[in-house]
Amino acid sequence: MTLETVGFWVVATVLLASSLAVVLTPNLFHAVLYLAAALVATAGVFLLLEQPFLFAVQLLLYAGGVVTIVVFAIMLTERLVGERIAQTSRHVVNGAIVAAAVFVGIVGFLIGAPLGAPRPAGTVDTTAAIGRALVGPFAVTLELLGVLLVVALLGALYFARSEE
Amino acid sequence: MIGLPAYLILGALVFSIGLFGVLTRRNAVGILLGIELMLNAVNINLVAFARFNGDVAGLVFTLFTISITVAEVAVGLAIVIAIFRVRRTVEADRLDLLRG
Repeated sequence: MTLETVGFWVVATVLLASSLAVVLTPNLFHAVLYLAAALVATAGVFLLLEQPFLFAVQLLLYAGGVVTIVVFAIMLTERLVGERIAQTSRHVVNGAIVAAAVFVGIVGFLIGAPLGAPRPAGTVDTTAAIGRALVGPFAVTLELLGVLLVVALLGALYFARSEE
Repeated sequence: MIGLPAYLILGALVFSIGLFGVLTRRNAVGILLGIELMLNAVNINLVAFARFNGDVAGLVFTLFTISITVAEVAVGLAIVIAIFRVRRTVEADRLDLLRG
């Protein structure tokens, strides 16, 4: 058992357990906290794949940004309604059947796919490579992403404005 | 040594769990959390393929999906709060104003 194997199983266990908790816990606020745990575990997966830059982005944007926004939204809606919002589920059996069928389909595809290639040695500095790709072949996409963020900001402001 | 299929199966499991959450949750915020899990699983797949193929495009795609997800969550929650102000509920089953 190498350090990488142990790390993978630890991260995978935490990720799957917290993901299940997100969809099963009745308390919405707890679900968001479990989502934060799942996102941090995903950052751990990125670290196992030797991508320190994506690890940092995942922690800052996802675990920092998204969780904060969702917590704010829950607190706002709970304060507006003045009572705790219960988080009930419906059609649990049907949902489980569909989710299991999708998983079986993906695994069936993976079994038939030629994926046995070994992992190449990670000698390249991927952070520098990402930076060069962002201003090289993906420069237009990066600009479009900036436009999208401005539009999303304006849209969120429009929806959340006060009534007057 | 952990191979590529292990990462892909981990991603598939997280995706299925997120799909289960989207299908079964009544609360609109809960559905958004399920979508977050599904997008997260896609990111795991992208990074794993990029690492095992030595291609930087998958990493750039992951950066883009993370940024787009943050924008999506901000707009989605703003819509949820706006709906909540009007209808006093965030239960997806009761938001049937557009039903014919």
